[in-house]
Amino acid sequence: MKKFESPDYFQVDDLLSEEEKMIRQSIRDWVDEEVMPIIEEYYQKGEFPMHLVPQMGEMGLFGANLPEEYGCAGVNNVAYGLMMQELERGDSGIRSFASVQGALVMYPIFEYGSEEQKKYWLPKLASGEKIGCFGLTEPDYGSNPGGMVTKAVKDGNSYILNGAKMWITNGTIADVAVVWAKLDGEVRGFLVEKGTPGYEAPEIKGKHSLRASVTSELVFQDCRIPAENILPKAKGLKAPLSCLTQARYGIAWGAIGSAMATYDEALDYAKTRIQFDKPIASFQLVQNKLVYMITEITKMQTLTLQLGRLKDQGKLRFTQVSMAKRNNVYHALQIARMARDILGANGITSEYQSMRHMNNLESVYTYEGTHDIHTLIVGEDITGIPAYY
Amino acid sequence: MNIAVCMKQTPDTEAQIKIADDGTHIQTDGIKWIINPYDEFAIEEALRITEKHGGEVTLISLGPASVEKTIREGLAMGAHKAIRIDAPESPADPQVVGAALAEVLKEGNYDLILFGKQAIDDDQSQVPSIVATLLDLPAVAVVVKLDIEDGKATALREIEGGHEKVTFSQPAVVSAQRGLNEPRYRSLKGIMAAKKKPIEVKQINLKENQLSVEKLSYPPEKKPGRIVGEGPDAVPELVRLLHEEAKVI
Ligand SMILES: Cc1cc2nc3c(=O)[nH]c(=O)nc-3n(C[C@H](O)[C@H](O)[C@H](O)COP(=O)(O)OP(=O)(O)OC[C@H]3O[C@@H](n4cnc5c(N)ncnc54)[C@H](O)[C@@H]3O)c2cc1C
Repeated sequence: MKKFESPDYFQVDDLLSEEEKMIRQSIRDWVDEEVMPIIEEYYQKGEFPMHLVPQMGEMGLFGANLPEEYGCAGVNNVAYGLMMQELERGDSGIRSFASVQGALVMYPIFEYGSEEQKKYWLPKLASGEKIGCFGLTEPDYGSNPGGMVTKAVKDGNSYILNGAKMWITNGTIADVAVVWAKLDGEVRGFLVEKGTPGYEAPEIKGKHSLRASVTSELVFQDCRIPAENILPKAKGLKAPLSCLTQARYGIAWGAIGSAMATYDEALDYAKTRIQFDKPIASFQLVQNKLVYMITEITKMQTLTLQLGRLKDQGKLRFTQVSMAKRNNVYHALQIARMARDILGANGITSEYQSMRHMNNLESVYTYEGTHDIHTLIVGEDITGIPAYY
Repeated sequence: MNIAVCMKQTPDTEAQIKIADDGTHIQTDGIKWIINPYDEFAIEEALRITEKHGGEVTLISLGPASVEKTIREGLAMGAHKAIRIDAPESPADPQVVGAALAEVLKEGNYDLILFGKQAIDDDQSQVPSIVATLLDLPAVAVVVKLDIEDGKATALREIEGGHEKVTFSQPAVVSAQRGLNEPRYRSLKGIMAAKKKPIEVKQINLKENQLSVEKLSYPPEKKPGRIVGEGPDAVPELVRLLHEEAKVI
């Protein structure tokens, strides 16, 4: 398989440091050599390639933008974003794994955990020795997580959890779950370890999307956890929402990688597939699609790089992240659909990757705040009028 | 164990090479530069040896400031420090390169000097032997396995039709062949650490080039393929052509 080269129509690379480019290249090489040869097979089987976890840990891909003192790489947010771009160029499931581990498990422990929790968990999660998951969504509360019914009750030196979480990435394979539940009516975060009596995490099967990623249900029935497993500094819904901002930031970058993969495939195919004695790339309708793709990719690249620079300067607003996630995933999905179309019948097979990306992006469009919920977030920001209910 | 690895920056193996207008250089715009792949095996081997026995790995490269980008890549793999011998461009004459490297290597007191067996750009394969000769050290070329135990060094060399096992004293000059190891990915931590590692720049007087490039030319265009027939019936004709025309069987 040929080595991947990313499109760069506006010389956006000139705005990256040598170090940022080196990080991108290193992950690109890893994806070319370790992910591309196996990913279709795992996707077809509906399994996550677990053997990649130690390698990702060794490369420092988990919680890469968190500080070195906890075993993390301490890279800036642009490098972190480029890493997500490269991972999702391989598969959204691989990027999802890194997003959950870093932004939804390590970040809350780092931001809201006690010093003991940070010292114990962060190095193990950074190396991939331990896997985490994040349980916010419930069967009846998706876009409206504030309505959650999972409850925690204090009982002596423990908390007792009751309730269920749904659609939880990595749930079944996680050693630790960051679980959000109401304690006296206030949303709090708890660390629940695998094997705790009263905690089960069955896998959700039969997915058409993100097949190379584990999605699970988390069930808590009088699940008793030690009192020190509460995240002391996480109080209220804004705590889990702040984690989502971190993860959405990575998704905005990831979507670019997916779009680059499908554009690259469609462009190559269009130049070599002959119909009516000409490459299909010579037809205006096909060119129109290809031009849409590269234009949107270029817009995403510039938008998202500025988003990253703002994050590194501490100026980022969560509504900007919403705009980027909304825009990038939407266009990545349109690009994947067009690529699938350009590939004709070949586009529906596992010989090509566009349909895998397309199917994956249907999940990415919905999770971490649906497309429409992000519309409402930006809408409220610019009008001052909330339109959720 | 202190190890020096001499490395060269070369165009990526997949780069489209175009000849520059002067006819003696290649066009460098838009080319992606990498560590010469054989040198990457040498760096990886040096890292494995020092991880086992302790010591430091020093990278040495000859060229302008622009080669520091690939030197940093070697530092990101885990090498401890680097020396860049300043030169306006990589000299065409291997004698000039060898003499410059030998002069710097002499000062370093290295237990082992590693090279790639050749640079993939001009394919001269001369520099390791020139350095070994100038420093009066054993030269062990095209190595696919290297064992260093308490000052005793053993190497497996690739030779025509087989392998040769050799023992040698140290210090020595060893050049790496594909198969010696699988170079590691640069980890994010390694890349972050590389930023802080020192690259010392040395100014020395380079010898005069005795060899200059007169002209570069492209290889002849490949002839288009030919279909000699279909199915089992085509086999005799194919065998005949492979034997008589292509002379490969
Ligand atoms: C593969 C996958 C992995 C996931 N991983 C995780 C995880 O690790 N952790 C976790 O906590 N969750 C996870 N989720 C859950 C995900 O975040 C939710 O699915 C998402 O928030 C949407 O919730 P829902 O599915 O209940 O849809 P709903 O909220 O029921 O939405 C259904 C539709 O209604 C629309 N809608 C809802 N409210 C409004 C409104 N006010 N105005 C207009 N339209 C509205 C939505 O936009 C959507 O189109 C995952 C989901 C998937 C598919």
